[in-house]
Amino acid sequence: MASSVRDHRGRPVAVVTGMGIVTSLGRGKAENWAGLAAGRSGLKRITRFPTDGLKSTVAGTVDFMDVSPYSAHDLSLAMAMAAVEEAFGEARIETAMFPGPLIVATPPSEFEWPLLRQLYEGSPEPQHGGYRRLLAAARTGNYRGMARHLRFASIADGLKEKFGCSGEPVSICTACASGTTTIQLGMEAIRRGQADAALCIGADATVHPEGLIRFSLLSALSTQNDPPEKASRPFSKNRDGFVIAEGAAALVLESYDAARARGATVLGVVRGCGEKADDFHRTRSRPDGAAIIGAIRKTLGDAGVAPDEIDYINAHGTSTPENDKMEYLSLKAVLGDHLARVPISSNKSMVGHTLIAAGSVEAVFSLLTLRNGLLPPTINYDVPDPDIPLDVVPNAARAAAVKTVLSNSFGFGGQNACVVFSGEPA
Amino acid sequence: MRETPRDVWVTGIGLVSSLGEGVEAHAALLAPAAEPAPVLDEAAFAPYVVHPLAPIDLSKQIPKKSDQRQMEGWQRIGVYAAGLALTDAGIAGKPELLDRTGLVVAAGSGERDTSVDRTVLEKLDGREDTGLLAKEILPSALRPTLFLAQLSNLLAGNISVVHNVTGSSRTFMGEEMAGLAAAENAVRRIVAGQGELFLVGGSLNSEREDLLLGYELGRNLWRGPFRPVWARRQAGGGFVPGSVGAFLVLEARAHAEARGARPYARIAGVVSDRSNRATGEARASGLRLFQSLCGALPRAQLPVLSGASGVEPVTGEERGFLDDLRAEGFDPVVRAYGSLLGHGVEAHLATGLALAALAVSRGGFLPPSGGLDAEHRLDGSPGRVLVTSFGHWRGEGLALVEAAGGGEAR
Repeated sequence: MASSVRDHRGRPVAVVTGMGIVTSLGRGKAENWAGLAAGRSGLKRITRFPTDGLKSTVAGTVDFMDVSPYSAHDLSLAMAMAAVEEAFGEARIETAMFPGPLIVATPPSEFEWPLLRQLYEGSPEPQHGGYRRLLAAARTGNYRGMARHLRFASIADGLKEKFGCSGEPVSICTACASGTTTIQLGMEAIRRGQADAALCIGADATVHPEGLIRFSLLSALSTQNDPPEKASRPFSKNRDGFVIAEGAAALVLESYDAARARGATVLGVVRGCGEKADDFHRTRSRPDGAAIIGAIRKTLGDAGVAPDEIDYINAHGTSTPENDKMEYLSLKAVLGDHLARVPISSNKSMVGHTLIAAGSVEAVFSLLTLRNGLLPPTINYDVPDPDIPLDVVPNAARAAAVKTVLSNSFGFGGQNACVVFSGEPA
Repeated sequence: MRETPRDVWVTGIGLVSSLGEGVEAHAALLAPAAEPAPVLDEAAFAPYVVHPLAPIDLSKQIPKKSDQRQMEGWQRIGVYAAGLALTDAGIAGKPELLDRTGLVVAAGSGERDTSVDRTVLEKLDGREDTGLLAKEILPSALRPTLFLAQLSNLLAGNISVVHNVTGSSRTFMGEEMAGLAAAENAVRRIVAGQGELFLVGGSLNSEREDLLLGYELGRNLWRGPFRPVWARRQAGGGFVPGSVGAFLVLEARAHAEARGARPYARIAGVVSDRSNRATGEARASGLRLFQSLCGALPRAQLPVLSGASGVEPVTGEERGFLDDLRAEGFDPVVRAYGSLLGHGVEAHLATGLALAALAVSRGGFLPPSGGLDAEHRLDGSPGRVLVTSFGHWRGEGLALVEAAGGGEAR
C-alpha cells in the first residue's frame, strides 16, 4: 500500500476506465463525438406519436435501438445495456463479472397511456369506470408482464442480472442532476474503501405524449420548432426552453490503485463532487443563486481545485431563460474574473436535454473533451445574450488543451450537483 | 461492538401512521400492557385492505396552505414526518444545522390524478385515432402541478422547501430496496466521515388506486378480510399497504455529543444484497447477510422486527431464514410490524428502524400478532433489535439497532 495514490485529503482516487454512450446523435462514443465535433444536432421532429396541435414538436429521440413497441422502461434499459457494453469493452471488463456496485439513474416508473388503455379495454368488469375497471383487469393475472414498467427496481435489476455487479443495485433520482449523482455515489464508495470499482449509469427515454406535455405545461420546452435542429439555443438571447431528449451513458469508475494494478487505461480522474439543495421553490432556484453557488464551491473544495484551475466548463446549459442566466450568475460568483477566460459550452445545443441521463451523458462528453483536446461547440449561438457574457465556444468546435473540467447538473426539486474531472495524475 | 466517535446515533424520530403521530403514540405500542389493534379500511378499495393515515393537522408541520396545495398525499405525509423528526432532534428552525443536514429519501413514483386518468380513458374509449391523446385530450386534461406530484425526488424537494434542509439531497428508488439504499447510504457516509448529520426516511400513501394498480399488476396485494402477515400464506399471500411517514435523524456520535443531543439508539450496521429469488435464494442471501452483520453476537434471544410484507413466496423464505437463525444458536423473538401498521414499501425499513430505536430506548417490544411460532414472548427488555427487509420482489437487507452507550439515552 506504500505506493497507493491518495488525493489532497488522503482519500483513494477514483478514475474512469470505461465509457459508453447512446444519444440522438448515435450509438457509441465514435458516432457521438463525430457529431459533437462537427456541431451536428441530433434533434428532430417527433415521429413516435402525432404532435399536430402541440406547442413543442421537437425532441432528441433515440429511434435506432430496435425496441418495439416503445416504452420508457424498455428503451431506457436497451440504451443502458448498450452503454455498459461499450464501457466494459473499453475498460476490458468481462460481462457478468463487474467487481463493484451498480448505481443507476432511471426515469420514472409509471403508467404510460398504451398500458392504461390495454387494461381498460381488456378488463373483465367494463361496467365499472376508472381504476376500478383497471384493477379488475390486473386481478386476472394476465398483465404480469406489465409490472416491470411500474417497478423502480426493474431497470437496475435487468442491468445487475446481465452485468453481475456486487450487492444490491442502487437506483437513484435527483431529477436532472441524477447522472452526476451516480458518479458522486460511485466516487464516494471508492473513497471510503467500500469497493475498488463502481458502475455508474444514467438512462432516460421519456419522449411520450405525457412526458412531453407535462414539461410543456411547466413552460420548460422550446417552441421554436422550425427547423428542429435550431430549437435548442443555450445562452442565446432568443433561447426559449429546452428540448426533451433521450440517451444513456455508463462510466466504469475504479480506484486508481486497482486500475493501475490491472493495467487499465485511465481515461480521467474524478477529482471531486459536490451538491447543495435549494429550498426556494420546487422548480426555480434562489434568485441569488446561493444553492448553485454552494454546489460549485463544495465541488471545487472536494476536488482540491482552485477556481482558476478550471479551464473548461461543460454547462448544464438547458436553453431555458432561467437556467442559463442562473448558471452564469453562479459561475461568475465563484470563478470571478477568471470566468471570462474559461470556455463553456452546452452539449444540449446538439443532443437536447436527456433529463435523468444528462449528467452521465455530459460526463462522457467532458472526458472526451479532455482526451481529444477539442471543445465541442454551443451551436445555434446566433444572438448573444448581453446579460450572459461567456465564451460559449460558439457554433464551431475549437482545439484547446484542457486539464480540468467542471460539469454542472441542476434539477427540479432544488437539486444541484457538480463534478470535476481531470486527466491522469502525473 | 466497540464504540467510536463515528457511531451512528438515532437522535430524532418522526413517525406518522394509521395508529397516530409522533414518538409517544408509537412508543405506546411497545408498552408491556399494550394491546394495539391495526386500523383498517376494508371498504374503500375492496377487495383490497389498506391502513389509512390517522387524522393529522397538516398545518402543524406544513404551515403554509400554498405548500400543502403544491403536494399530494405521499408528499404531505413525508414532509409532515420529516418535520416531526427534525423537531424531535432539535434541528428544526436552526439554519446552521439545516444547511448541512443531508437529506436521504426513499421514494417510489408519486401520485397520479386518478380522476384525470378516468376522464382521459373514457374519452379514448373505442377511438382509433392515435393522435387524439396527444393533440386533444392530454393538453387540456393535465395541469402543471400534476407532474410535481409524480416526480420521485419531489418529496425531498418539498422537505427542502418546507423545512429548509439543504446540505444535500438524494432520493433512492426501487421499492423496499430504496429504503435499504437510503439507510445504507447515510450510515456509510457517517461511518466514513463523509457526513455527520442526516435526515433519512420516506412515506407511503396507501389510499391510492394508482398505487394499488401498480402492485396488483404483479399480483402482490392481499385481497379479502384482513389477516396478519404470517397468516396469509395459505391464501396465496399479499401485502396490505399502510400509510406511513417515517424519518430518522442519524448523526455521528461526536456531532451529537458536541451539540448535546441524546440518542435513542445506535445503528450498528445495515447490509443488503439482491438474489435472483429462485427457491431458497432469498433465505440463503439473508443468512449470509446475518452472518456478516451479527456473526459475533452472543447466542441468545434476539428480538427481530421483521419487515415481512406477506407476499409469497418471499415471506416463506423469510420464515426459513428465521429458522436458520435458530440453527445458528439464536432464539429469534419476531414481530412482523407490518401486521400492525401495514406495509410501507419504500418507507417500511425506516419505520422498522424507528420502532427498533424506540424499543431499545424504552425497553419495550411489540406484542405478538400471531401466525408464527417465533412471535413468542420476549424475556426482559431488548438491548438490540434486528430489523429485516425482504423486498416483495427483490432485495434482501438487515439492520442492527443497539442501545447507545456513552450518551444519556432518551
